[in-house]
Amino acid sequence: MGLLSRKVTCNSHGQDSSYFLGWQEFEKNPYDEVKNPKGIIQMGLAENQLSFDLLESWLAKNPEAASFKRDGQSIFKELALFQDYHGLPAFKKALVDFMAEIRGNKVTFDANNIVLTAGATSANETLMFCLAEKGDAFLLPTPYYPGFDRDLKWRTGAEIVPIVCTSSNGFKITEPALEEAYHEAQRKNLRVKGVLVTNPSNPLGTTMTRNELHLLINFITDKEIHLISDEIYSGTVFSSPAFVSIMEVLKDMKMENTQEWERVHVVYSLSKDLGLPGFRVGAIYSNDPIVVAAATKMSSFGLVSSQTQSLLSAMLSDKKFTKEYLSKHQKRLRNRRNKLVSGLEKAGISCLDSNAGLFCWVDMRHLLSSNTFEAEMELWKRIVYDIKLNISPGSSCHCTEPGWFRVCFANMSEDALKLAMQRLKSFVGSIAINDLSHQELKKTGRKNRTNWVFRLSFQSFHDREQDER
Amino acid sequence: MVAISKIATGDGHGENSPYFDGWKAYETNPFHPTDRPDGIIQMGLAENQLCFNFIKKWVMKHPEASLCSAQGVNKFKETALFQDYHGMPEFRQAVAKFMGKVRGGRVEFDPDRIVMSGGATGAHEMVAFCLADPGEAFLVPTPYYPGFDRDLRWRTGVELVPVVCKSSNDFKITTNALETAYEKAKEDNLKVKGLLVTNPSNPLGNILDRDTLKGIVEFINEKNIHLVGDEIYAATVFMEPEFVSISEIIEEVECKRDLIHIVYSLSKDMGFPGFRVGLVYSYNDSVLSCARKMSSFGLVSSQTQHLIASMLSDDDFVDSFIVESKEQLFRRHKYFTWSLSQVGIGSLKSNAGLFIWMDLRKLLKEKTLEAEMDLWRVIINEVKLNVSPGSSFHCNEPGWFRVCFANMDDHTMEVALLRIRTFMLEHNKAMVPRKLCSQSSLKLSFSRRRDDFMSQSIMSPHSPLPQSPLVQART
Repeated sequence: MGLLSRKVTCNSHGQDSSYFLGWQEFEKNPYDEVKNPKGIIQMGLAENQLSFDLLESWLAKNPEAASFKRDGQSIFKELALFQDYHGLPAFKKALVDFMAEIRGNKVTFDANNIVLTAGATSANETLMFCLAEKGDAFLLPTPYYPGFDRDLKWRTGAEIVPIVCTSSNGFKITEPALEEAYHEAQRKNLRVKGVLVTNPSNPLGTTMTRNELHLLINFITDKEIHLISDEIYSGTVFSSPAFVSIMEVLKDMKMENTQEWERVHVVYSLSKDLGLPGFRVGAIYSNDPIVVAAATKMSSFGLVSSQTQSLLSAMLSDKKFTKEYLSKHQKRLRNRRNKLVSGLEKAGISCLDSNAGLFCWVDMRHLLSSNTFEAEMELWKRIVYDIKLNISPGSSCHCTEPGWFRVCFANMSEDALKLAMQRLKSFVGSIAINDLSHQELKKTGRKNRTNWVFRLSFQSFHDREQDER
Repeated sequence: MVAISKIATGDGHGENSPYFDGWKAYETNPFHPTDRPDGIIQMGLAENQLCFNFIKKWVMKHPEASLCSAQGVNKFKETALFQDYHGMPEFRQAVAKFMGKVRGGRVEFDPDRIVMSGGATGAHEMVAFCLADPGEAFLVPTPYYPGFDRDLRWRTGVELVPVVCKSSNDFKITTNALETAYEKAKEDNLKVKGLLVTNPSNPLGNILDRDTLKGIVEFINEKNIHLVGDEIYAATVFMEPEFVSISEIIEEVECKRDLIHIVYSLSKDMGFPGFRVGLVYSYNDSVLSCARKMSSFGLVSSQTQHLIASMLSDDDFVDSFIVESKEQLFRRHKYFTWSLSQVGIGSLKSNAGLFIWMDLRKLLKEKTLEAEMDLWRVIINEVKLNVSPGSSFHCNEPGWFRVCFANMDDHTMEVALLRIRTFMLEHNKAMVPRKLCSQSSLKLSFSRRRDDFMSQSIMSPHSPLPQSPLVQART
């Protein structure tokens, strides 16, 4: 239909990706402890459901915050009319203070440099519109959040070129990988405009080391390009090493008056740290006044509801609350993550050592029938349809090595998590494994995968497939 | 050193237009009844402030809608987690019902055809992304809302081609004007993808009559282009003739439904621009599906969806609100236009919107854009009113100004009128004597005029909170 734009007919929205297909399956048969105990358990959704009690008790103690009142006076009219794209000053101040608090107050943020957007989804797209256009590319370390394909490329026309990271060094960013990505972009005739990293990483659940951050700063200095640091999981760091923000490193390197200072931009959101994805609170922080000015105007297309700004302004200005929340919530994340890790261990499955995020990067390479993405898909389908767990296959995150899966742990009850681990254990137990190979992989760290011989019971899988389609 | 994008450094955001200069002047010296009685009165902001007391009462009576009663707090978690781009079903149902009621129940809207957006601003951009590729064009009748230049073009790369409407026939959208615009686009090698009409019109404040609507539907079907109907002022129609929506017309005439899309918002009808409740209603399934995915970039806060769902599913409230709103707008509009006519200022006959299309052509030194700009500067700097010059709406004829009347209380309105009267008095003194004679009604006293008009005083107290100096209007 030439009547509609190419954007309608192409699939850069990324929704044909397996990442989303798993959700669709989940929606057809969602687990419910009481109503549907045999349903699919959602472990593909990076939601933070562990600390609502803290938010609810704050709300109960502060009824004015949500009720359009301030100091006993109604502010309904004022809020209903407030559409200034500069945002509610009190909210911006509270937000930047919260961001600083998360970073141990080692950095401070200027409320004038922050732009509010409808979620990080909008923040990332808006930044891309400001920094890149058709023919330009951003380099992203793999594996990365599947949504970036839509957020950074779909309507902007920009491209993504991967910085390939591998399990050989825990998926850390290396200099050769950066250079290779840059050259790959050039081979494709793309102008590299910058690098975008997610720190803490989605899907890895790890924070970037100082070394990696230095590497990045040197790289963008050398190439004279931008750096976007998506730090939406910064408040989910639950164990050491402590979170080090790119801003902190720039400060340590005394780079406040350099050009690079203005080429580093941070994306933030309250969807993960506070567990409020529905409220659509995102932000762009930039030291470049031109970017701030342009992004501010663009935010007209997706402002944060004044009602929400007002509520969260009150909440985040309560420093006693934010301190308690961050501390309790991080502890809960750590405990929950530990439960997932030990549950996986009981099933003979390990994962990347993580200290942040709402998920683990799980190593199921030893369960693949072959070291291929086809095998990964087969395994994934078995996990979704047979074990009834929706997890995200690494290929949907552009991982170059088959066999890795992102498994979320903070979006379900503890009982559901226990059940999920039981199901997984049963599944693994039912696989016919070459014992020797299994011992070998434990010793050699899975280097000789290709020597394994597995027999997955394909028969039952294919039968099931007929029934359910 | 690698630059940032052309989009970011260019002026496609449209904010260098004179439309915004008035606001800048206003912001340096905003009127306040006690603190700044000589400040500039904002009459360039199409806000609907006339029904807040009415709405506030409902909000206070329903704390659960704001998630702050015990009942409300129970819903907090589920609301906070809800980020499904389909939108809350109860939100869509309530809005669809509201849209139907605003059209007198003459048409029903399907909640599943509603896609959320970041206000009407986000909706327009989203529709443009769905319907057109960079370099393609939309036809837009002039005069039109200046924000369209940004919303439809800035990041999309889409072009706008004006459909020139003239005062000689009250700016009607004629088939002739449509054809001329279409041909012009062709000459300029622009592929026309659609026609965007605002009905009720901003800045004209009137509605499209049935014949015009039929002509438009015939035109787009014949050319096989889309029709986008911006109906964000639908509930501001305060007197006859009755509003006719595109959704009604397509039931009456033959039309390819896949070409029809409506943009709606609660910013004008309810006065909630801060809540960012916009939507696209499309009869085209492919557009719906694509728009829904795009809506991720500007979803309505679930906290707000919950509030609106509660509010608009209260039938009693909605029915009373629609009546009350019309009444308040009618009274304010009538008083304003009557007062203006007393000093010889006319405006286009209007029955909707939050503004009038004021005719100041006779005050121009000459029929030029420069003269309009000179007059406008006088109005801002001497009369101390921020109004919007017709040129910023791409009007082809100088001398017209959009003047908003629903964004202030009665007292401020009186001050504005006094200033206008004073200005006209002085202006007429400077004119030849024969003109002055016909203006004798200028001598009517302030209070007598109000008493003549109003059967009861509707002086509402001004907001106890000072006007935020950061409120920056863009509409």
